[in-house]
Amino acid sequence: MDVKHVKGKDKGHIMMFALSTCGWCKKTKRLLNELGVEYHYTDVDLLEGKKKEGAMEDLERWNPKFTFPTLVVKNKCIVGYDEEKIKEAIGV
Amino acid sequence: MSEEIKVTAEEVDALHTRLDQEAEASGYHLNPDVEHTKELVKGLLTNEKRYAYWACPCRLASGVKEQDLDIICPCDYRDPDLSEYGTCYCALYVSEEVLKGEKKLGSIPERRPSLKDRKKAKSKSTSPDISSLSQTVWRCKVCGYLCAREEPPGICPICKAKKERFERFI
Ligand code: SF4
Repeated sequence: MDVKHVKGKDKGHIMMFALSTCGWCKKTKRLLNELGVEYHYTDVDLLEGKKKEGAMEDLERWNPKFTFPTLVVKNKCIVGYDEEKIKEAIGV
Repeated sequence: MSEEIKVTAEEVDALHTRLDQEAEASGYHLNPDVEHTKELVKGLLTNEKRYAYWACPCRLASGVKEQDLDIICPCDYRDPDLSEYGTCYCALYVSEEVLKGEKKLGSIPERRPSLKDRKKAKSKSTSPDISSLSQTVWRCKVCGYLCAREEPPGICPICKAKKERFERFI
């Protein structure tokens, strides 16, 4: 899996499964950037072969419906763009 | 990682204008949040370049057109989602209430069945007996338009979906 790392305040581990073309994924990334928190993400549509399979297997554990964005904040999974829930999970 | 696909601002503006005109002409509305809408239009153009069809920007396409027919924009789920939530899954299209600002938008649940369920539904679908009818009735899976003729139209006169999105209704 190709995971990108965005530096920021350490608020616990944040991992996001996204698509490079998806509007709600962009809104989620923007929110995380605005909050200035450290996070990791992968754009699954840009992956190929084994890397894509690996990412999908990881995603399946959190969200078997394979929808995007799927955000994992400190072992809590948030599906879709939900500003309140995201902020609450991060603790800001 | 695949090469990055380039889409120019002019391409985005041109398609955005076209979709907006087509939507308004047939009773649909694009999301007035132009920034969001243009991101999605860019996604459609990106998908056109990499898959050769307008796969929904907010869903993971298989890259095989046959398997993605239901999520070619406008997808089969747009109209039910507009009725229930006032927006399509991506929030490219919105209802009149949303357009007027009477309803706030957010992510909505995914209506598309899982791959397993889609396969099941496909193998189960049977058409009723049509032997007594002089014509076949075709249904546009995107907007529900019905017409009785030998072949479905090349383009749906209501929502502009292509011929391949029609199913035999009766
Ligand atoms: S109409 Fe369907 S395919 Fe098109 S952007 Fe909306 S959700 Fe995606």
